[in-house]
Amino acid sequence: MRRVVITGIGVVAPGRPGTKEFWSLLTDGRTATRAITLFDASGFRSRIAAEADFDPQESGLTAEQAGRLDRAAQFAVVSAREALADSGLAGSYDATRTGVTLGSALGCTTGLDAQYGVVSEQGTRTLVDHTKAVPHLYDYFVPSSMAAEVARTVGAQGPVALVSTGCTSGLDAVGHAVDLVREGSADVMVTGAAEAPITPITAACFDAIRATSTRNDEPETASRPFDRTRNGFVLGEGSAVLVIEEYEHARARGAHLYAEISGFASRSNAYHMTGLRPDGIEMAAAITAALAEAELEPGDIDYVNAHGSGTKQNDKHETEAFKRSLGQRAYEVPVSSIKSMIGHSLGAIGALEVAACALAIEHDTVPPTANLHEPDPACDLDYTPLTARRQRTDAVLTVGSGFGGFQSAMILTSPPLKADR
Amino acid sequence: MTTVLAAPTAAPSPGASRTAAPVVTGIGVAAPNGLGTEAWWSAVLRGRSGIRPVSRFDASGYPVKLAGEVPGFVDAEHVSSRLMPQTDRVTRLSLAAAKEALDDAGADPAQLPEHAAGVVTANSFGGFEFGQQELQALWSKGGQHVSAYQSFAWFYAVNSGQISIKHGLRGASGVLVSEQAGGLDAMAHARRQIRKGAELVVTGGIDSALCPWGWAAYLAGGGLTDGEDPARAYLPFAEDASGHVAGEGGALLVLEGAEEARRRGARVHGVLAGHAATFDADGASRLGAAAELALADAGVHPDEIDVVFADAAGERGADRAEAEALAALFGPYGVPVTAPKSMTGRLAAGGAALDVAAALLTLRDQLIPPTTGTELPAEEYRLDLVTGAPAPATGLPLRTALVLARGRGGFNSAVVIRAADA
Amino acid sequence: MERLELDDLKRILRECAGEEEGVDLDGDVLDLNWFELGYDSLAVLQTTGHIEREYDVLLDEEALDDADTPRRYLAMVNEVLSARAAV
Repeated sequence: MRRVVITGIGVVAPGRPGTKEFWSLLTDGRTATRAITLFDASGFRSRIAAEADFDPQESGLTAEQAGRLDRAAQFAVVSAREALADSGLAGSYDATRTGVTLGSALGCTTGLDAQYGVVSEQGTRTLVDHTKAVPHLYDYFVPSSMAAEVARTVGAQGPVALVSTGCTSGLDAVGHAVDLVREGSADVMVTGAAEAPITPITAACFDAIRATSTRNDEPETASRPFDRTRNGFVLGEGSAVLVIEEYEHARARGAHLYAEISGFASRSNAYHMTGLRPDGIEMAAAITAALAEAELEPGDIDYVNAHGSGTKQNDKHETEAFKRSLGQRAYEVPVSSIKSMIGHSLGAIGALEVAACALAIEHDTVPPTANLHEPDPACDLDYTPLTARRQRTDAVLTVGSGFGGFQSAMILTSPPLKADR
Repeated sequence: MTTVLAAPTAAPSPGASRTAAPVVTGIGVAAPNGLGTEAWWSAVLRGRSGIRPVSRFDASGYPVKLAGEVPGFVDAEHVSSRLMPQTDRVTRLSLAAAKEALDDAGADPAQLPEHAAGVVTANSFGGFEFGQQELQALWSKGGQHVSAYQSFAWFYAVNSGQISIKHGLRGASGVLVSEQAGGLDAMAHARRQIRKGAELVVTGGIDSALCPWGWAAYLAGGGLTDGEDPARAYLPFAEDASGHVAGEGGALLVLEGAEEARRRGARVHGVLAGHAATFDADGASRLGAAAELALADAGVHPDEIDVVFADAAGERGADRAEAEALAALFGPYGVPVTAPKSMTGRLAAGGAALDVAAALLTLRDQLIPPTTGTELPAEEYRLDLVTGAPAPATGLPLRTALVLARGRGGFNSAVVIRAADA
Repeated sequence: MERLELDDLKRILRECAGEEEGVDLDGDVLDLNWFELGYDSLAVLQTTGHIEREYDVLLDEEALDDADTPRRYLAMVNEVLSARAAV
């Protein structure tokens, strides 16, 4: 079986863009959640979010790109460039053996929301005026445009697609890329996810199902996964893009290896579009299958990066899934949710979490769960409260759970040569 | 810890990994020229088009007035009262096609091992009409008027999610977006799940966005013909091709491991023998490369391809690029080519999925469905385009088909389908 | 509109969430819980959003969790409505 390694990382996360900024935010246990500035959120139940301090031109995009690309696509292009530069691959790869899989749950929702206001003349006509639309409205309409933009950015001529499985999109996109490399359809994949959902339409629908936190007076501590006082997730945004390669391909060119992706699996709960089965059986099944693919035992896992959205239901569901799949190890291994710091960026978060896991292996450091002061008795594992931990980190489990019933799990392990570096 | 250095070789549960090409055992169709596989296929063989003036909204004020709408779809016959307020039309069409495909396969997912059955669909627009309704509520009345169902009814994963819930499909599932190429990419991903141990996957694609908001996006995208005569509007490969017609619908298939299908005595429509996808990163078309790679993946020589279902853009530049790719691979006039999508319009993720259904039934009935509208392909294309009436096999039986698709932005995808006994 | 009656609730439920096969909303439903009536949390949330707009009230999440039958739900909504009328 061909093995797959991560050789480049690019990130646009809440706070300042860049992988370094992202990792320092996480390991400091700082939070990037705040009162929403991207639109006037007065009148909404939840008025807080984790926003990226992102300036397209400062991040290297042209004025033309800034005007044409949806905010999510901008994140993706900037992250892809950083990842490609970080990988050292530029100019030295076979474009026909290089592909792109990008995840996004909602696609170009920022652009669609704003454009609807324009063509409907602020909601005064349902037979919308198409002549008022921007010429690139079709690209917002079909979000594979985002994957295409990344593919053109990196010059990929192999398989390219957008993966859209709700909040597991990011994890599933990376998992898909791993499959493509393993089966031999590509040697290099530029893969990750992007989401820019801090818009009125998204805020409104999460208000309607009361999924988002209403702790509007304390935005910086509102995302409280596993805490007794948690009351919903905090919307986030951003992107992470990885360069992954077939191991021999990376080794031959002397690439820096962050981690190996050694197992991935996905299951569906076939239960409810938004609800979770309390027993966590599908997430547990995905974890078990991912461990089997990685040929690891629960006892090998050094860190669990949780979905940890901070909704009442999720955190309990997930705790059950960890116990069911990891047994006694669930009580011993450090678990944490970086959503406590960067919010929940829906389809993007899974890729941001894979990036965090690769960095945890790289730096032998487990990021904490911020804002966890009063553990929920129903969530009785070690969630690494408040402070990052330095510890040897060779095998990491990360999981995701999405609307539509998708449950996914991925195992990252130390790169084969970590011991030597 | 030493285990991290071990190369992963084990396949995930359930089942063992396998390499035999998976088979199609069920077909479900919602197409503009027929709801249900048999209604659609008999229309296709008779050359009956489903392209008509738009009826789902008042299109009289827009410069394009034709579409392929799925006829006679009575929601309540396919969707429960409980699901009605939370589903867009695209999800209702998908639920109907999934049920037809599973019924056709005679498969009962409940009889399979736990987590052995999944859903992998392609989609391009999500529930766009539902989305318009909620965006309209937002912009005209405010955020508190937005539906609780908006949180999933308009997103791209909605069809996979609702189908999995409806039929208890709890295995690996997925959703791909690559515009018109999506239907084929989804099938390849379904095949991947079967290789990794799944026994059955519902796969394919359905799209629908025939609402004013969707129309605005289509019009911005360009490429639509403004022809008003349904019979002469979308003319793939014609000298006077002027663009395409947009439509809704598509097909969902049941894909099964060859061994499982054989063991339960399932009737096999055909074999998903090969796939490849490429991307045009620098403007040059890589459609031909996708076709070549798919043939190699299937272990099939170009001489063995008996019919090609073309992407058939209906636009001169794109038609020429496809014709050149076909001539390069098969030689001028080297293989019968057809485009039954001339009767439905382009269905985004549904289009190529429907072409795969057509390929399967072509091999079953030994009749190549015609391309309608276009009477003669442009001479320069050097294409053996099947027009007018279905073409029977000449000489040897039809055993192997190639299906091509291109998604806007540079996506190419190709699938090779073999007859069950080939 | 100062009171939410059972007939109003049934009308809004049907519009917002349809009707489960095998359940007769016109039967004796006051003390059946939402699950027995075939309604999930989403159905109740969609219905609640509709009531909030039609009756111009805001309903508390915790109270919603406890209102697990039509009788309790009506009591919860009407308590909020009458508190408002008293102000």
